[in-house]
Order: sequence, then C-alpha cells, then structure tokens
Amino acid sequence: MVERRRLLDFLPHLILIIGVAIVAFPVYVAFIASTWDAATISNGSMPLRPGPHFAENYYRTIFVGTSSSTREPVGTMMLNSLIMALTIAIGKIAISLISAFAVVYFRFPFRMTAFWIIFVTLMLPVEVRIFPTYKIVADLNMLDTFAGLTIPLIASATATLLFRQFFMTVPDELVEASKIDGAGPMKFFVDTLVPLSITSIAAMFVIQFIYGWNQYLWPLLITTKDNMQTIVIAIKKMIVTQDALTEWQLAMATAILAMLPPVLVVVVMQKLFVKGLVETEK
Amino acid sequence: MEKRVVFNGKLLPYLLLAPQLLITLVFFYWPAGQAVLQSFLVQDAFGLSTEFVWFENYQVLFSKPEYYKSMLTTAIFSSLVAFFSLSIALLLAVQADRHIKFASGYKTLLIWPYAVAPAVAGVLWLFMFQPSLGIVSQSMRVAGFEWNPLLRQDHAMMLVVMAATWKQISYNFLFFLAGLQAIPKSVIEAAAIDGARPARRFWTIIFPLLSPTTFFLLVVNIVYVFFDTFGIIDAATQGGPAKGTETMVYKVYSDGRSGGDLGGSAAQSVVLMVIVIALTAIQFRYVERKVQY
Repeated sequence: MVERRRLLDFLPHLILIIGVAIVAFPVYVAFIASTWDAATISNGSMPLRPGPHFAENYYRTIFVGTSSSTREPVGTMMLNSLIMALTIAIGKIAISLISAFAVVYFRFPFRMTAFWIIFVTLMLPVEVRIFPTYKIVADLNMLDTFAGLTIPLIASATATLLFRQFFMTVPDELVEASKIDGAGPMKFFVDTLVPLSITSIAAMFVIQFIYGWNQYLWPLLITTKDNMQTIVIAIKKMIVTQDALTEWQLAMATAILAMLPPVLVVVVMQKLFVKGLVETEK
Repeated sequence: MEKRVVFNGKLLPYLLLAPQLLITLVFFYWPAGQAVLQSFLVQDAFGLSTEFVWFENYQVLFSKPEYYKSMLTTAIFSSLVAFFSLSIALLLAVQADRHIKFASGYKTLLIWPYAVAPAVAGVLWLFMFQPSLGIVSQSMRVAGFEWNPLLRQDHAMMLVVMAATWKQISYNFLFFLAGLQAIPKSVIEAAAIDGARPARRFWTIIFPLLSPTTFFLLVVNIVYVFFDTFGIIDAATQGGPAKGTETMVYKVYSDGRSGGDLGGSAAQSVVLMVIVIALTAIQFRYVERKVQY
C-alpha cells in the first residue's frame, strides 16, 4: 500500500465480494434447485433458500437414477468418471516420466526426432481430429471400453515437457554419485529421480485429474452403453431441450455431484494446483 | 541445454520411449494423417470408390456461406469471451494485489470454477436463463425484457459467452495476480512520490508492465474458446438457434455426425489444425513467458 485512503481500503473488498458472489451465484442456484421438488421449479416459483427435498433428490440421483432420460444411477457414472480420470492422470504421468527420462539421460540415434514427435502433439487437440481418431478406436474394437476412453487421451506432450524441464535442473552430481555406487539407470530413476520429482508429479496429477474428469466430447462419442457413461455427459442427456419433461432438481443434483470432486481437489490442493497450472503453461 | 553426465544403454531408451511414441503415433499422427489425406479425396455416395481431387474439398468449403458464418461466430464468440474474462479478471486481480486482508481467501473463492467441466458450466447458466423457469430470465421479464435464447441468436450467444467467461476468469485471475506481484513495488512507490494518482499509476506503469502476461493470456484464451468451449455450447444451445452459436469446432462435430461429406469434414479439421499450429507458434515465438511466482 503506497498511500492510505479510506475509500481505497474499502473499495477492493467491495469489488472482490461482488466478484466472488457473481462467481458463486450459478452454483448456489443449482444447489437450491437440487433441494426442491420438480413442481416448484417448473412453475417458476422456486425461492432462493434451500428446500425440503435435499435427501430425497440426492438419494434418487445417486442410487436410483432419473426416470426419463438416463436409466443408470449417477453413482455408477461417478465411478466411471473416477476410473477414467485416475487412469488418464496416472497413465499420463507414468509414460511421460519414462519418456522424459529417456530423452534427458541417454544419448541415442533419433533422440531429438523422438522428442519432436512428442512435442508436435501439443498442437493437436482431440477436437480437431475427432472423427478419424474415433474411427481408429472403433477399428480396434475399443468402443465402450475404459481402454478406448482413456488411452487416446493419455499421450500428451505437456507432462513430458514438464518432466524434461524438471530433470534438467537436477544436479549432475547425483547421477555421478549413483554411478559410483554402482547403480544402473533404472535404479537411479526409481531411487533418486522419482522421489525428487514428487512435487511436480503431484502438481501434474491435480491438473490431469481435472482434465480427465471433465472430458466431454470424447466420452460422448466413445460410450454408447448406459453403464459406461460418465457423469459429465449424463447431465446433458438429462436436459430435454424445450421440454417440460426435464427433471431439473435431479439434473442440478447431478451437476453438483459432477463438480464436487474436481472442485474439492482444487480447493484442498490449491498450492499444487497453482504450481501445476503455471508449469504446464511454460 | 544438455546433460553432461548420461547413462549408457542401447535398447533401454527406446523401451522407455516406446509407450508414449506408440500411443502418439496410433492416436495422433495416424488420425491427423487420415484427416489430411481424406481432405483431398471425394467418396461416391455408396462409399465404393474414392477419387483424388486435390483442393476441391477446400474450394467447396470456402465457397459455402455457412462456413464463413461459423468463422464469424467463432470470431465474435472468442473476442467477447477474451475481452470480458480478461478485463474482469484484471479488475479482480488488481484489487486482490492491494495487500488487503483475506487476499488468499479471495483467491480460493475465485479460482475454483476452473475445475468445473465446460458442459456443467453450460447447464448451470442454461438453468438460470431458461426462458420459462430460469431465475434470472424471470426477473428480466418482470423488468420488461423478453429473453429467449431458444429463439433469439443474440440471446443464445450472450448465454454461451457468459458461461465461457465465468469459467475462464479464474485462470486469468491467477496469472494476472502473479504478474502483478512480480512488478517491483519500488517503481510504483517512485511514481506515487512523483504525484501520480492510483488510476494514472495503473495505466502508465502497471498495465504496460503486465503486457507480456496479457498477451500470453490472450492467446491462451483464444485457444480455450476455440477448443474447450465445445461442452458449453453443446449443453447450452447445441449450436442453435439456427446455427447462431455454431463455432468452427462445433461445425466439424455436427457435420461429421450427420455423416455424408467425409472429405468436407476432413478439410474443416485440417483448417482447424492450421489455426492451432499458428496460434501455438505465436505463443512460442512472441510470448515472453516469464511469469514469476
């Protein structure tokens, strides 16, 4: 603070409180809607305070499923989302760690070619090559499988670049010391390099978990069976456009459940999240 | 930069690289190559024979008014989202940077929408602005404003812009805050001693010093609007009404889904690839990513 003025002390708080309120408002409305019954919402008389149907709506959403559009209970879908997000996050980290290790700690023919092959994929988001990729997954008989859902999203340059950058900062003396101790490359990797990278790995995990959980277009194409659906694509199917049939209270309960895990991850692991976000953009 | 000390190994490095290279080749290069190849081919109606036609698919694509319309929609959508999410985030970041109490609390309360899936964000905003029962659209009707994103293209565009902006503020806020905190306080104090008021200090010192961050965020935001807003559009408007919110990425999807013109759809994919590559090149070439934390 350079100078003190009463107005300047109060104004930032006011602006930030308004900002926080605007940011939180849509979620608040969704939560309120998830505690009322269908009739109150559909005749447009929903008050802005919690209603009496909280337990009933969430029980029905998680264990029973909604009647009209999706027959599968949301509990199953959350499990699918969890498996997908964990596989993508762990898979990405695993293959990126070893490929970055190979690129940094070995000298071999076509090393830079391999690096560039990986690097260029930064520029090809799945959205631009969606149908050819879908066709390959279909040809490999991987539709409606977790392998089809996750493997095509596992390869990405982001994590490899991040780990490469981190490995570059690891002092050479550590390699020399392990060599003197007679340790081979894999022993060095497991006993020295991975423990040193643990913060980077955790930060990467937070970012990739959110990325995996929030996938939309890919699961929409790959899953046709109800029991393979993820929670994010289920919400959209619950909303019947231009129709009074939408059970908004259940759709909103599903929306709250769909955002809960990734939002919790961000709030609880805020430091790692910020670190991951910043590092993946470098 | 290279390591001086390395391990020896003939086969091991290839084995370590194999999983990632295999997945990359099968799921990145092969489909991208297919898209490029297909964009030069025309298939007959029964899928029996294909013919190599050079750039005919592209000529057809660029002669269609719908394609220019989706380009225009994308341009409007990305400029509105970039403008609003950058300015709101900057406003909030400047306030949070004033060393006020609870600054870290505000940070936590502002960054979480990053974790909300685009499709979920679309549904949340759709619910508030649903013409008959939405809580905001009802108050608008009371105020005498007839709101209907299901019929009016401009209303639908506003809806997706709001949802996309809402989701992107958190990201921009984090980077702006970091950028602001990297500006040396002595520079600002010197200006204050010279008699510069807060507004003047902001526009003549802080804003120019933030320009690398702003430019970096601008590119990131455009990439975000191009590719990550698919879920928002699909959940809130499905590209409608009458294709009023159909961006280029959404068009690839809806054209590809309805089937038929494989070559045309592939040509659209290739155009998008060129745009991403250009944006990424700009990002690497011109953006000084020296954000300090």
